[in-house]
Amino acid sequence: MELILSAGIGALTASGVYLLLRPRTYQVIIGLSLLSYAVNLFIFGMGRLRVNAPPVLDPVGAGDLASYTDPVPQALVLTAIVIGFAMTALFLVVLLASRGFTGTDHVDGREQRHD
Amino acid sequence: MTDWLQHLLILPILLPLAAGAALIPVDERNRMLKGLFGFGSTLIVFVIAMILMRIAANAGNPPGTGIYQLGNWPAPFGIVLVLDRLSALMLCLTAGLALAAQVYSMARWHTAGHHFHSLFQLLIAGLNGAFLTGDLFNLFVFFEMMLAASYGLLLHGSGPMRVKAGLHYIAINLAASSLFLIGVSLIYGVTGTLNMADLATKLATLTPDNRQFVETGAAILGIAFLVKAGMWPLSFWLPPAYAAATPPVAAVFAVLTKVGVYVIVRLHFLIFGAAAGASAGFGQDWLVAGGMLTIAFGAIGVLASQAMGRLAGYSVLVSSGTLLAAIGLGHAGMLAGALFYLVSSTLTISAFFLLIELVDRGRDAGADVLAVTMEAYGDFDEDEEEEEVGVAIPGTMAVLGLCFCLCAVLLSGLPPLSGFVAKFAILRGLFDMSGTDLSAAMSAADWTYVVLLILSGLAAMIAMNRIGIRTFWASIEGTVPRVFVIEITPVLVLLAACIFLSLQAGPAMRYMQATADDLLNPLFQSERVLSATRTGGQ
Repeated sequence: MELILSAGIGALTASGVYLLLRPRTYQVIIGLSLLSYAVNLFIFGMGRLRVNAPPVLDPVGAGDLASYTDPVPQALVLTAIVIGFAMTALFLVVLLASRGFTGTDHVDGREQRHD
Repeated sequence: MTDWLQHLLILPILLPLAAGAALIPVDERNRMLKGLFGFGSTLIVFVIAMILMRIAANAGNPPGTGIYQLGNWPAPFGIVLVLDRLSALMLCLTAGLALAAQVYSMARWHTAGHHFHSLFQLLIAGLNGAFLTGDLFNLFVFFEMMLAASYGLLLHGSGPMRVKAGLHYIAINLAASSLFLIGVSLIYGVTGTLNMADLATKLATLTPDNRQFVETGAAILGIAFLVKAGMWPLSFWLPPAYAAATPPVAAVFAVLTKVGVYVIVRLHFLIFGAAAGASAGFGQDWLVAGGMLTIAFGAIGVLASQAMGRLAGYSVLVSSGTLLAAIGLGHAGMLAGALFYLVSSTLTISAFFLLIELVDRGRDAGADVLAVTMEAYGDFDEDEEEEEVGVAIPGTMAVLGLCFCLCAVLLSGLPPLSGFVAKFAILRGLFDMSGTDLSAAMSAADWTYVVLLILSGLAAMIAMNRIGIRTFWASIEGTVPRVFVIEITPVLVLLAACIFLSLQAGPAMRYMQATADDLLNPLFQSERVLSATRTGGQ
């Protein structure tokens, strides 16, 4: 499981960084989204991978730390996801405004000349 | 300590947040009313910040003062707000700049778009939160809040230039936020805590393997803040963005870079201070090298700038670089001077950003390009301008010119104003530690820093002289800009604050020294945070 998760994070990050460096605004926003997915998985992974272990205390059973997973990274991930959504939406608006002003989807607002 | 004073600590965050939210539904036609409401809110925050500064001066005495437990859980488990001299100082500085920028915006700039005052309040809430929080993840949340508001403010007024600069600014900051999260979670994954004070005590007990992870996390985290502070290879977004922003926004953005510097100062001394065992002083060399390159890059940019907005943007970089390198060099004596420099340079650059638009109003944009070109190829109209002797100088130009001169003196660090005092204090701290034999005790890095600090002042002076002469003495068109009283007053107030800082340099330096002593004694700070008990029984 660790291998799959780390490979997934790696693939997401690599494609995210590649797209982030591309010249089209659409590629940049997709790149940023992929990066934020990778980061969210990474935060999640920092709580160690546990299967069948709840992060919330069971009201009946006695508190034994071994049967629970760390709830803090899950809370952090939730916050990060929400903030990430908001920022993507905001970036999308700016992206559209830029397209409207310049008539191109190049990040510099003008096409590069090919001499 | 009464309950009332206890809750004072959360007000600098809650008040602007509530004010910003309350202003959203108000109709945009009542702009003046919204502006006054926002101004009132900021004014209260400023007063609170002053009181907090007084409280911070005797922090930890009685025990538990200046610690606010959100949700009333004790420190390593609950999230805390921590007040100390440094955060109180930053609160005061932010509120002061915000007041000036808000008054300025009410003349005309707040009409350029919607929800200016709401966004402004949210920015202040985010800034204050970032200064007060004692928890790494909470810092991220306040950081994002501040950034989200700053995106809106940068785009205020719209137009292709601002949207283009905004696009780059947002993309850079979103990428930096990802790094921030990676760093924070890496540190949490190893140490199991997000509380800064707790982290400081845990670091000394780590095994070498785990220490490596924490250092990696801290380095990634540091990059996120250095992007914000504008350290050299990470700073190319800054001058265009700041030059494109509307003047009141740019003025308050001057403190945004200082948030990056603030967090670096805080984490550097708290986590990697003397108590950190093998990790003590981690990353110092990078700060020194990066800071110095930033000074050099900024100084060259200042010299090469054709428009004043750019010049101010590069001055921000010089200021950041000076601070980062001073932190990295790590001599105890320099820290107080660096903090003094932080306050002085931020006030100056804010005033300058506000002034630029007033001065530029009467001129066409081509004149700036011409000025630099003329200098490169020699003046070709030297003899033609002598006939106008005796024309009365209009009052507006005189006031603007005077303000410009003050900015130039402050930026270049000439005596007698606070820019000089600050640089002098930094250098004195640098020379002081070496005792009698200068050449033996000072490293090559120290000397390079001294040279760069002085040369950057020279660069600022040359650039300001050139632009000043072209603007005020040899302006091609000579139209007098129309300036409202409420536009020039904030500039005058900010500059007066710098003059006040120069006159009261003694008490100010004593405060900075006490702040520096606090920072250099991180375990006391940790003790203070971790030992604070819950209030109101069980």
